[in-house]
Amino acid sequence: MARKKRSIPEINAGSMADIAFLLLVFFLVTTQMDSSKGIRVRLPPKLELEQERTIQHKRDVLEVLVNANDQLLVENKITQINELTAITKKHLTNEGVLPNFASSSLKAIVSLQNDRGTHYNRYLQVYNELKRAYNEVREEYAQARFGKAYSALSASDKKTVDDKYPIKISEAEPTGFGEE
Amino acid sequence: MAKFRKNKGDRSLTINTSSLPDIVFMLLFFFMVATKMRDKELMVKTSLPTASEVERVEKKSWVNYILVGPPLNVERDGTAPRIQLDDKYGSVEEVGEFIVLKIHEQPEAIRDYLTTAIKADKTVRMGLITDIKQELRNANALKLLYSSLEGDVRDE
Repeated sequence: MARKKRSIPEINAGSMADIAFLLLVFFLVTTQMDSSKGIRVRLPPKLELEQERTIQHKRDVLEVLVNANDQLLVENKITQINELTAITKKHLTNEGVLPNFASSSLKAIVSLQNDRGTHYNRYLQVYNELKRAYNEVREEYAQARFGKAYSALSASDKKTVDDKYPIKISEAEPTGFGEE
Repeated sequence: MAKFRKNKGDRSLTINTSSLPDIVFMLLFFFMVATKMRDKELMVKTSLPTASEVERVEKKSWVNYILVGPPLNVERDGTAPRIQLDDKYGSVEEVGEFIVLKIHEQPEAIRDYLTTAIKADKTVRMGLITDIKQELRNANALKLLYSSLEGDVRDE
């Protein structure tokens, strides 16, 4: 008696799960590329008169120059990008110890000047390193003063830390040597 | 006796996967609804730079975007970097008006909290960016965000 063979086996739908995960991962990755992150900056207000430049003591100003070849000059010395944070931190925490650096953290200013031909990528790297320096000194101060991480502080304590190390990055008008 | 077949041993342990397509579609619809579809067509290339000290934007609706970069359609628009405001190109001078318009679209209470995001390609030169920043200062839109990808800069 010829037994009827079992019907054709179903299509193995197990690979559908793989496709589903692939689609899922694809969407997860592509929506992550959304530009919802970035470096926050506060622009200085436009002043009516040409009182833009107030006289600052030279020691209180850390001069950072970037030319059209994306090279960095800090206090007239050629510097690599990965040295910038350390130098800036030294400047901010100097408190008058070394004569070439800031007399106090409240007066410390970083002056940044680009060229019109500087690449935005390089500019942002430089700005990032400066911001990193400020974030790190603030974090260290928060630990020393309050024993907690900066992010764990209350709003008023954060303000205390921020007031001790105010972000004073002054951007000068860019030079026009390397403009395209 | 013939009724007792060896079937039990023969059956392989397969999960019934017939409902898997339903799950796939459910997930797909979820993502279609949850993620916002791009409302403006991208005309310029914005390969964002990487930075470590990035912060997340809290409210995306309180951000106005200025896109800067080399055009995607080189034959039509050339290779020089262009500014894209909403869905068309703009000049540097138009940036100020654009931002003022966008600010006035929002209720007065939140105007001070609005941020302008500059989404610029890595290769754009600072001359253009600085001009845009100057326009923003004139328009009194002082809260700025440089859109960037999160990552450690020092690896480069």
